[in-house]
Amino acid sequence: MKLLRAWILALPAYLWSGWGAIASLLMLVAAWELVAAVYGPLVLPDPRTAFATLYALVASGDAWPELAATARRALAGFALSVLVGSALGLAAGVSMTASAMSRPVVTVLMGTPPIAWLVLAMLWFGASDGTPVFTVFVASFPVVFVGALQGARTLDNQLRTMAAAFRLPPRMMFVDLYLPHVVSYLFPAWIAALGTSWKVVVMAELLSTQDGVGAALAVSRSHLDTATTMAWITAVVGLLLAVEYLLLEPIKREVERWREPHAAAGAGP
Amino acid sequence: MSAPRLRVRGVRHAFARHEVLDSVDLELGAGRIVALVGPSGCGKTTLLHLCAGLLHVDEGTIENGFATQAFMFQQPRLLPWKTALDNVALGLAAVGVARNERERRARELALRLGLAPVDLGRFPHQLSGGMQSRVSLARALVLDPELLMLDEPFSALDVGLREELYGLLLAHLAARRMGVLMITHDLMEAVRLSDEILVMAPRPGRIVARFGLDLEPRRRDEAWVHRNTARLLEEPAVRSSFGLPGLTPAPTLGGDDDTGSLARLPPLGPVVALARTASRC
Repeated sequence: MKLLRAWILALPAYLWSGWGAIASLLMLVAAWELVAAVYGPLVLPDPRTAFATLYALVASGDAWPELAATARRALAGFALSVLVGSALGLAAGVSMTASAMSRPVVTVLMGTPPIAWLVLAMLWFGASDGTPVFTVFVASFPVVFVGALQGARTLDNQLRTMAAAFRLPPRMMFVDLYLPHVVSYLFPAWIAALGTSWKVVVMAELLSTQDGVGAALAVSRSHLDTATTMAWITAVVGLLLAVEYLLLEPIKREVERWREPHAAAGAGP
Repeated sequence: MSAPRLRVRGVRHAFARHEVLDSVDLELGAGRIVALVGPSGCGKTTLLHLCAGLLHVDEGTIENGFATQAFMFQQPRLLPWKTALDNVALGLAAVGVARNERERRARELALRLGLAPVDLGRFPHQLSGGMQSRVSLARALVLDPELLMLDEPFSALDVGLREELYGLLLAHLAARRMGVLMITHDLMEAVRLSDEILVMAPRPGRIVARFGLDLEPRRRDEAWVHRNTARLLEEPAVRSSFGLPGLTPAPTLGGDDDTGSLARLPPLGPVVALARTASRC
């Protein structure tokens, strides 16, 4: 709850520091507008049309069920990968042999394109929720796994000896030594995995399901409706930006206040 | 309460098949400061970790009669995610002292050791090396241990800071009957602080000589420390342990006065006793 208070108190200053980020996003929108003006609305509708379409989708209530379905699948896959990836990664990190053995496997997992997993998942799970959830899980699992593995492997032996010399009881060993260290590796990995989940779920839905943002994109594509396509893309990207910069980044800052400041500290999102 | 002691008898230790320590004996009583000196890699740290119970004793016995102990390492080894105050209070938290009480005691001692009130709320990376060392010292002293173990804790600090911390440490010890076992490769530091100096030789680590210093540490001035360090350096056991060449008849020190007075001093003064008492009991 201390965290919640700190988050609310720090929010205005944080948002203020975000002007630079907002400016660069607006530049991107300007470039979009320029391309739209050059190539015409069939290739790329201008941002205002896209935003208006999105607004209409939201206002009519059509957008929410699709977004909810997508979020449900993304979060389910993400939660699975966080649970399994963190647990297995930590376990592997404790043992030298296990971490050496798991490294090539993780490289293979990371190198396999998500679309390949999607094809397999479609064969295994058909048109059910299982397909996107599994694809998301497989795509974000290695990210979490590697974070957890490194967190467990890099635990400072000197600090462990210190803790033993001061006879820290097991509970303090866990709460004051292992947990903060491991979380400092896990948390960034979770954030990265969430971004992966959100992207992969849309791709999986595009090919395998009847509802969700991906499916809506497939429909608008078959109608050559670029305005709706851009509206959905904007919605997906906007949601990710909002979650990442309004929720996760401030939490990360608060949790990792003890870290040495980065060169970019204070530069905003 | 009978005076507690630390007794080490015939301790050997090996890492894999590499012998680190060979039949080490030492004894430390309450209120005494014993310094282990020797070159890097002679097994000093291993011996200290054995005494602290951080390593398992394979051969020989270590009887530690001190009820409580604290350790100060070569590096500050602070928890980077805890503030200075919480780091100082770490050992107190480990023995279950309530938060208010441990923060009060930690704050009081930290301020006495020269930390500023604003430093207490800072994280280790925001503190200078000297401040981190103070936190590390405070973390050990706040426990008020009967046995304090120091593993070259001041070796990375500059002369002024080191001298200040010696003073703070000695002032803190004066009011207490704390046994201190310290290791150092700095002979001057050993002469400055300890009542007894044990010289270790490497491969395998063993104690080759024992010296006593009778003047109370707080009354030693710089000249005294220099004089006795020089004398210690003339000891054959010390020279061979550190791999120094045997003494030539003409020492190479710059000032004639210095070298002259050094040579002329009697080996054992009545107060300034740098007495070689025994080697390997």
